[in-house]
Order: sequence, then C-alpha cells, then structure tokens
Amino acid sequence: MEAPLTSDIQPGLSLDLRAYEALGGYQALRKALQQMAPQEVTALIKESNLRGRGGAGFSTGMKWSFVPMNVKGPKYLVANADEMEPGTFKDRWLLEGNPHQLIEGMILTAYAIQATTSFIFLRWAYKEAAQVIRKALSEAYAAGYLGNNILGKDFSLEMHLHTGVGRYMCGEETALLNSLEGKRAVPRAKPPFPQISGLFGHPTIVNNVETLCFIPHIVNKGAAWFQSLSRTGDGGTKIYGVSGRVNKPGAWELPMGVTMRELLEDYAGGMQNGYRFRGALPGGASTDFLTADHLDTPMDFTAVAAAGSRLGTGTMVVLDDQTCPVGFVHNLEHFFAQESCGFCTPCREGLPWTEKILYALEQGHGTEEDLVQLEMHTHLLGPGNTFCALAPGAMEPLQSALKYFREDFEQHVHEKKCPYGNHTH
Amino acid sequence: MAIIHIDGKSYEVKEGKNLLETCLSLGLDLPYFCWHPALGSVGACRQCAVKSFKDEKDTKGKLIMSCMEPVKDQLRISVSDKEAAAFREQVIGWLMTNHPHDCAVCDEGGSCHLQDMTVMTGHSYRNYHFSKRTYKNQYLGPFLNHEMNRCIQCYRCVRFYKDFAGGKDLDVFAAHNHVYFGRYKEGTLESEFSGNLAEVCPTGVFTDKTLKQHYTRKWDMTYAPSICQGCGLGCNIIAGERYGSLRQISSRYNGAVNGYFLCDRGRYGYEFVNSERRIREVAIRGLMDHAIDPGAALQYLQDKLPPGRTIGIGSPRASLESNFVLQQLVGDDNFYLGMSDAEHDLATLALKILKNGPVRTPSMQEAATADAVLILGEDLLNTAPMMALSVRQAVRKQPLQDAMNTTHVPAWQDAAVREAMQDKHGPFYILHIQPTGLDEIATRTYHTAPDNITRIGFAVSQLLGAPVAAVKDLSEEEQQLAQAIADALLAAERPLIIAGYGCGCEGTMREAANISWALQQKGKAAMLVLTTPECNSLGLEMLGSHRLETAVTAVLDGDIDTVIILENDLYRRLDRHIADQFFQHCKEVVLLDHLYNATAEKATVLLPAGTFAESDGTLVNNEGRAQRFFQVFAGSGVVQESWRWLLQLGAATNNARLKNLVYLDDVTQALAQSSAIFAGIDQLTPPADFRIAGQKIPREPHRYSGRTAMLANVNVSEPKPPEDADTAMSFTMEGYRGEPPSSMIPFFWWPGWNSVQSINKYQTEVGSSLHDGDSGKRLIEPKANGQAPYFSYSPDNFVPLAGHLMLVPLYHIFGSEELSVHTPAVAERMPAPYILLNPEDAQRYQVVESHQLQLSVNGHPYTFTVKTDARLHKGMAGLPVGLPGIEVVGVPVLGKL
Repeated sequence: MEAPLTSDIQPGLSLDLRAYEALGGYQALRKALQQMAPQEVTALIKESNLRGRGGAGFSTGMKWSFVPMNVKGPKYLVANADEMEPGTFKDRWLLEGNPHQLIEGMILTAYAIQATTSFIFLRWAYKEAAQVIRKALSEAYAAGYLGNNILGKDFSLEMHLHTGVGRYMCGEETALLNSLEGKRAVPRAKPPFPQISGLFGHPTIVNNVETLCFIPHIVNKGAAWFQSLSRTGDGGTKIYGVSGRVNKPGAWELPMGVTMRELLEDYAGGMQNGYRFRGALPGGASTDFLTADHLDTPMDFTAVAAAGSRLGTGTMVVLDDQTCPVGFVHNLEHFFAQESCGFCTPCREGLPWTEKILYALEQGHGTEEDLVQLEMHTHLLGPGNTFCALAPGAMEPLQSALKYFREDFEQHVHEKKCPYGNHTH
Repeated sequence: MAIIHIDGKSYEVKEGKNLLETCLSLGLDLPYFCWHPALGSVGACRQCAVKSFKDEKDTKGKLIMSCMEPVKDQLRISVSDKEAAAFREQVIGWLMTNHPHDCAVCDEGGSCHLQDMTVMTGHSYRNYHFSKRTYKNQYLGPFLNHEMNRCIQCYRCVRFYKDFAGGKDLDVFAAHNHVYFGRYKEGTLESEFSGNLAEVCPTGVFTDKTLKQHYTRKWDMTYAPSICQGCGLGCNIIAGERYGSLRQISSRYNGAVNGYFLCDRGRYGYEFVNSERRIREVAIRGLMDHAIDPGAALQYLQDKLPPGRTIGIGSPRASLESNFVLQQLVGDDNFYLGMSDAEHDLATLALKILKNGPVRTPSMQEAATADAVLILGEDLLNTAPMMALSVRQAVRKQPLQDAMNTTHVPAWQDAAVREAMQDKHGPFYILHIQPTGLDEIATRTYHTAPDNITRIGFAVSQLLGAPVAAVKDLSEEEQQLAQAIADALLAAERPLIIAGYGCGCEGTMREAANISWALQQKGKAAMLVLTTPECNSLGLEMLGSHRLETAVTAVLDGDIDTVIILENDLYRRLDRHIADQFFQHCKEVVLLDHLYNATAEKATVLLPAGTFAESDGTLVNNEGRAQRFFQVFAGSGVVQESWRWLLQLGAATNNARLKNLVYLDDVTQALAQSSAIFAGIDQLTPPADFRIAGQKIPREPHRYSGRTAMLANVNVSEPKPPEDADTAMSFTMEGYRGEPPSSMIPFFWWPGWNSVQSINKYQTEVGSSLHDGDSGKRLIEPKANGQAPYFSYSPDNFVPLAGHLMLVPLYHIFGSEELSVHTPAVAERMPAPYILLNPEDAQRYQVVESHQLQLSVNGHPYTFTVKTDARLHKGMAGLPVGLPGIEVVGVPVLGKL
C-alpha cells in the first residue's frame, strides 16, 4: 500500500534537504520547469482529480484554473498551515516530518499559477514546525530552489513563513488573507474569490498543506497513478486520524475510501477496554456525528456526505458511552463561540447562546424550552444565513447530537443534572 | 432595466443595484443595520434576509441577504416568506441578547433605528435568559457620548469613520461577542466628521454630547429646515429647539449638497444661539439704565439717519434679505460690504471667475465624481470640511473603477472593492502653505509660499495650452511637478480644480481658473471649486457694493454721521487701530447682531438680531446655490430678524425704497426684481400662503408633548403659539402630516421609521434626490461656448525679506469661525493662539517653541507664542486667522521684526 506523503517520514525526525533529495526530492520541480508549461501543470492536477484536503474538497486544479494568467502585478500562493480544527493533527505530521515536500509542492503550484511570492501561514502553536520550516526554507534558498531564476529558469519565487496568532478563523482562506495583510481575521465577501482578488487585492491561491504535498508526487508519477491510489472516485491517499478512547489514537495515510470501521478497528485498535463506541465526528469538530450504523461508510467526500456528515479533514473524533454527549458538544460550542470573529450577528450572538444553554444543561439548569432554542439555532445558523462557514460547521455536531443522542439531552432536563456526573466548571 | 418578482408582484427596476436598496426604493419595508446608502453593503448584520427562488417551480427557495444580492432580470424573491420573516425576527433576538433595553434612559429612544427594526420584525418575546455582557465606555471628547453596552456590532461606525471619512483613531477591537468599537485609549476623536457617528449609529452607542447637556426627546423639539452657518458650503441642516433654546443640529439630506453628512463645526457650532453673550434687549448708549422698547428705539433713530450721511455695512454671515434691505435703506451708494479688503478682493475675483468663465462649479456631490483632483493653496479640512469629504470619495474613483473591472463586483460591495483597491488612490495633487489632513491620500504634495503655488499653477495652465507666457525661473523640481500635474489632469475625464480663500491669495484662484478652462478646451468635463469663507460671502458679493476701506475714508473725512452695521464685528474686518478711529468719527453706530463683541462695545444703538435659528432668509453658497433657511423658533422678547428691524427703520424714516415691504416674501420678491442674477430667488421655496390640503407645514412632530404644560408655571392657560406670517410653516404640531416640499422638510419621519433612516422614504430612489428635487437654486451657470478670460499675471518667486516675515493665514475648523467658537464644545477643541515659523527663522530670530515673538504689523506691535514646522517656507509665518487671541487682520501681510 503506497503512502506517498508519509512513507519517508521517520518518527521524531525531520527530513533535511539532503535526505529529501536523496529520496528523489525536487525531481518533480526539475521536471516541471524543464518539460512543462504552467498550464500543463494545472491541467495535470485537474486530471488527477485531487480535491482540497482542508475540508471543503474542492477540485484543486479547477481552483488554480480560475487564476487569470495575463494580468499585471503580482500573484500569490499561500499554504494554509493554520491547522486548528479540534481533533485534527494531520498537517503537523507533514510539516514537522518533511518540510521540503511542502516547499516543493508550493514551488510547483506557484509555477502553475505564475505566482512570485508565497507564504506558509502556520498555526502559532506549531513551534517545532516553525523551526523546521525556517531551516528548510534557508536550505531551499541556498540550493537555488527558491529566489531568483530557480534552477536557472525564468521563474522566481519568494517564500515566507508567517506564524499566526491562534485564531481558528484563519483556517477560512479569506480571513487568513486578511490576517496576512495585517487586518482583522474576518472573512471576506465572495465573490470576488481570492483567485481574482486575494492577498493585497491580487490573484491568490490558498491551498491546504496536505493538498500541496501531493503536487510533487502527481507531477512525478502522473494523474492515473494518483487515481489508482484510491479505492473510490476521489483520487489519492488521505491522512486519516482517530482520537478519543481508542486503543491506538493516531494518524495514518491510507487509500481514499477506507471505511470508518477499518479506521476504528484495524488502525486505531478498537475501543479501549470498558468503553463502547457511541458515535464519531468523522472529519473534525465541525462535522456531523455518525453512529455505529454508519461504520461501513467509506471515508471519502461523497460517501460521508451521503451518510449525513462531511469528510472534512478526515480526522475522526470518537465519542464513547461514558462521555456525556452534552458535555462533549458543550466543549465544542465553547470553542466555536470563542473563535467566532464577531463579524456577523447569527454567529457572534448565536454561538455563545448555544454554549450557555449546553452549560446550563450540564449544570442541571436546562429546560425543555432550551432544547427548542438549541434546535432553532441548528436551523437558523445554516449555510448562507451566516457570513462564512464557521457557524454552520459549529452547528453540525450539535444538530446531529440532538438527533442521535436526544435522550441524553432530555435526561439532563428531567434529572436536573448531568447523568454522567459532569460539572464543567 | 430588469423585471423582478417580489411576493408574486412584478416590478421594473434598475439592474445591478443591490436588492435591499431596490426594495427600499420600491417603498417596501425591509429591516437592515449594516448597510447604509452612502457606505454600501458588507453583509454583517444578516438582518435583511429574504427568500430567493430559482424559478416559478421552486417552492422551497433559500435565504439570501438582500444587501449582498445584485438585482438581475427575473429575480424571484419573497419578503413575507415565513422562514425569512422568522430569521429576521431571530436576528433581532440575537442582537437583543446583550442590548441593555435601556430605551427609557437612552438619548435615541423614540428615534432609534434598532427600536424601529425590532418592531418591524415583530420580535417581542425574549427567549434568552442568561446574563448580558457589558463594556466599559470611553471618554471621546466634547462631541460624543459612548455607551458601548447598546452596541449591536453593525460596523457602521468604523466603516464611516475610517473607510469613508479617513479617520484613524476609531477602530474595532477584540473578537467574538466581545467586539468593541472605540479608541485604542480614551481621548478626543480626531476626525472632523466624528459627529456623524451619532446619525450613522443605528442605536445609542454614539450620541450627541451637546444635546445631552440640554437633553430633549427628539419628538419634543420644534424643528426647521436650515442652512449651516459654519462656512461657505451651505450644508443643509435641521435645527431643533425647545423652551427657547437651540438643542441640536442634525444633517438634512440634500442629494446635491451635503448628502447624509455634516462636519463637526457645522453640527456642534450652534450654541452661540443660546449664549449668555446674546444681545437680547434694545440698548441706547447713555440710556443704559432704561428698558428701551423697540418703538422707542425706532423713534430715537428716526432723525438720526440723514440721507447721504448714513452708511450701511453689510455682512457675509447675514442673509441676502437682511443685506438687501440694508442696501435699500441707505441706498446703493452708501452700502458697503462688511468684508475686509482682502476678503473682498477674493470674493470679487471668485464671482468674476464663476460668472465669466466657461467651466462649471460643481455641487459637492458632483465634486465627488471627479477622477483627478488638484488643490491650489487650500486646507479643505479647515476651510470647507465637507468638500474634503467629497474629495476623498473622488480620489477613490479611478482605483474603484479598476477594481470593478478586475473583480466584476459592483461598487456597493464595499468591503470587496476596498480590498481590491487596497490603498490605491487616483491622481490627487495638493499645493499648499503647510501640510493638510488630505496629504496622506495625495499623489504628491508640495509645501511652499502662496506666490510659488501660483507660479506652479501658472506653469500647469501653460502646459495645458492656456494662452499665457511661460513662467520664468521655475526650479527644475517645480517644472517637473507642473508637468506631472498637467499629465495627470489630461489623463482624466472629469478633473476637479480647487482653490479659494485658504491662503489669502488671488493668484491661486486665478490659476485654478486658468487650469480648468484650459482643460475644458482640451475636451475635459473640468470642474472648478472656489471656496468662500462665510455662509453668504458669495451672496453678499452678488449684491455688490463698495469696499470697507472707502467707508473708513468717508467716515474719517467727516462725511458720515451714522453707520448701521449688520451682523458684523468690524474688529474682525479692520485693523483694530483703524476700527477704533472709525468708531471715534461716527456720531451714531447702530449695530444689529447676536452677540456682544468688540463692535458692540462701540455701538450707540444695539438692536437684538435673531440668529439663523430665529430668522428666515436666503444664503448663497460657494457654488452659487441660493438656499432658504427657516426660522426654528420665534426670538425671545424683542429679538427679531435683522431684515425686519431694517424694514421697521425704513418705515420709521419713510424710506420710499422699502415702501410696501413687510413680509419675507415681499423682500425676496423685491430682491428677485432688483437684479438679473437674483431672478427666481423668490421661488426657492413655496410662498407664505402655500398650503397643502389647506394646511401649513408643522415644525413639530405630531408626537410633540407637553405643550399645554410647558408654560403652566407662568400661566395655566396655554398661550397662543406664535404665528409665522412669513412662511408656510407653523410653529406647532398642527398642519399637514404628509411629506412637505423638499425645501421645507423640518424633520424626517415616516410611520414605522422614527429615526433618521426614514430619509429613504423621502427620496425618489434610495441615496438619490429628494422627491421633488433637491432644494436650492444655482444662480450662476457657466457661460456656454464662452471665451475663457484667461489671467496672464504671474508673480515672482517668493523671496524672504530680511528682517520681515510674510504672515500667511492658517485656518482651524475649530477656532477660525466667528460664531461657532461661542459653543463650549467647539471652544474646547480650539488651539491656543500661536504663530508658526520655519525652525531656521526661529533660530535666526532667536526664539524657540513656546517662546514669545514680537512682530510689528502695520506699525503696531503684536506678541505671539511660537510654534515651528520645517515644512513652512522660510521667510513666512503662519497665523491662525480668526482664532480668539489673534488680533491681526488682513493677512497676508508683512510683519516686521
């Protein structure tokens, strides 16, 4: 089973330039610069059906193709490494283990869209990754992979590391761009999309780290190879993760489309002794719960959506039978309410309201009416009603918890306490 | 045009506008907060949600925010859709989770957009039972209160203050439900336009602090449509009174003049009306212990106005009517314009350029459509602040167009186009004595002496093909600058050239005219703005008459017995030594004015003249637009309009020219017939006998309260309200309830729309002109196909004169204007008097910052406190003219060390 992104990564080590080159690193860059026109790189990625690994699953090649090629002024590429989705730790693996893979992917992407400046927007807490990337960037500059006339060709690229200040909002690409410009991390109206008016008002591509890391491999081995890695129509491998009360929490690069059950049982080693599986958020904190009934769902964009959730980041958070689902969701809504940027009304005011209700339920002060209010929020904080996807994402675990674990909520109301004994002070 | 379907009804509407604006223009009620007609859409509040359907078969639809939706043909929406209505109601529910519900003690209560929208959505039951978050408020200076707990985070304040008006010191801080709008630390808001926050804010976060000093519920005031007295731009204002004191000024929408906004001098400079220094009684010198009734005063004056030995001195801050009646009273030959000779020369030149030149002088709204701007010798933020706001919008035009072209997003998508524009600005050049607040958005600025500005202007006009000789000895830098300016103006379609009284120099005005004329001959839709200092400078100049210095000569020669001074302090117009002599030689000095001032000290007869708030009249702004202002309340006691005093004097002296003139309409009709330039000035507003359905227009809202009780401490019988025989407005709440003619709107109100947002209902289209056209009449139009009367004189390069400093004027929005400084809040913002020197001059004359410098001006010694700025040309000294404590008049003038 091939794992192109991670098979070279050694636990606890970071591949330096020499090691990366020894494993065939920067060959894709040579190939592209020597043999391919920028448009050909984009066409290849389009053909590979690589879908964005940040959560939305939009076709990467398609995204690039929206960048106007004949415009005056600079174009930008940004790697979204602001990995802050609760329960998600896949990009960190790639960032710390093999920084040059990302850098090469970024240079190739920049070449495809003819960007001249690029940024790695890194989550502030990834201190180790920051160090590793800084070192890798200076190696790449020294080796002529970055800077003017890369590999002697008529293509130049600057690459900068930017560490954020810890706002979840910056995972949203337009809020990230605002933040990178030194403005408040609030999302922007779309249209215009960043491909047309992005960083500093210029055409910009923002891609997730995992997405960018695939680019060298696709350039090297082709679109058909990439497709063949997958079990389903969505091409490639995927880094999946499992956290919660399982025996072996972790992250694995597996063919796109492994089932939840495989992940849970074969890779995460099943539930810990004495704990039963009740449900899981399949793609990070902002996805709907799936339950034991869905365990045979293939983990790809299409099938998870059909089951009523989202593949998201592909990192599953498991709820066991001894954890209070109300407390679980309260913890999430606390996070989302805190991370709301405060720009639009429903998110700014609605999320703290749900958080307060969930807290009241946990404290035994909840009422039937509160459940009505929770339901109301899950309906009204839907996509399109809020300015960006943060609040709709925040409602996904809540709405599905209300659906699948309704009796727990009602128990909190009727018993006037948390049946699991939680006091979330 | 597009056909759209709203709740099953079809409408023909303009394509490309946003749906919210379109719905409001159609007269539909749709709630909103973050959108503002002048600020565009950002989609933050989510209040204006409607249901959108793909086609006739789509019954499910989806919610969209109407402010973010471009109108397209066959758009199918529902406003009344249950889901949309429920969402809108819940948006209020969310906003109310933290709102303090303190309407009863909130200044905005009863005229609050948040209240109106709450009622409109039907939100009435509170489901949120948790605690509210609270904030600390900030001290923001003398103009605005801050009550952050009321904030609903619509972001309008920062969007107006920063994005629209260019302010720096108000911002949004923190995140999630702790978002905070304020300054980074407590302190006075710096923007000249801060007061607009009170109107832009949809609730009571930013409220008028001066109103709070004498608070009255907004429905309890008597209002009248008025014109700002603060500068020459003639912004339209609404003035509100209760219990005989003026309580508040707010913006009166005029699509051609000030739009939605006002500057802070205009908004806050009104309290001189309530000043303790008001002249409220008739007084005759020598009879000071006696209460003089008006009849006795008139009788006293009966034989003291000998024809030929009586002169009248008019005023650029008095109405056309008052000036005209004075002119008629004393006769054309004996009427003098009450401006200093320097002001007079500038006003004469401005009028000559506007009348004889082929280029149009634009309204402020037209000025905002320019795509390149050149300012010659003018610090707009301090001389004509609202024009600076227009220039700010004009400078956005070119990058805005570029952004719209590349992003295919309409201009009303405010955040999106601003992002695409970044900090790009269109071509904008400022040449001035010293740095100005607009420099930061200028392509280039150049600080030099007024004569040198003139020379560069001259060079620009020559480069543009004006038939003038080349300027001699221009430095290479100045030559290049002139070339860059000429190129930029030629590349534009609608170049705007601005000059005025700002550096006291005729040359800058002449060159501005030359440049605009040359541009027009090159086929450009050129525009020319000339600022004027006072609210009726241009009107007075149109009336026309002699210079003040000839009046002084006549008086000193002993040819004159009596001088009648209209609303003027001659100590601001004449050197004080000359003024002293002037008064010594007069037998009788009759002063009609509002406030005790240095001239009042010399008067032998004081007649209490009503301020703008107690008078009707007409003013002509710098555009040549005549505008009517209406009396807000009847002057207390014997206070009455100057023109009425003068008519009474005319009657007392059997003046034939004033025979048959009694009411305002009589005077304006006589004025209209007096000269072709005033033709139609009696048509600015309907006459006094105008009625709608047999009724007058009420000055008081129908919600006005307390009328039967207000004076019960004096007399339990309700007194008869004053009658207004001069206009078609009544002083009470009785009268026609519907929409008045646009020139007579005393306040904006509509059922369900109690706040100023009700303006939407008075416009033909949201953000466009008022229903029967924006009020005011332009008295001057450019000469069609006229030959440009080019000016050909170019001064020599400014060379400092040893042992001398050329005093040049510096203006202050707060301090330079005569009446507004008598408002405590404005006085608080005034700088201390100073003189500005180049540091090298300071060193040469051995003074340092804050030390005293003595200068002799016209042979008289003056002492100033020194400030320095290296950007001021050597050999010049900046003097804050008009500022209390600065006694030198007639700047520019040479000062001797």
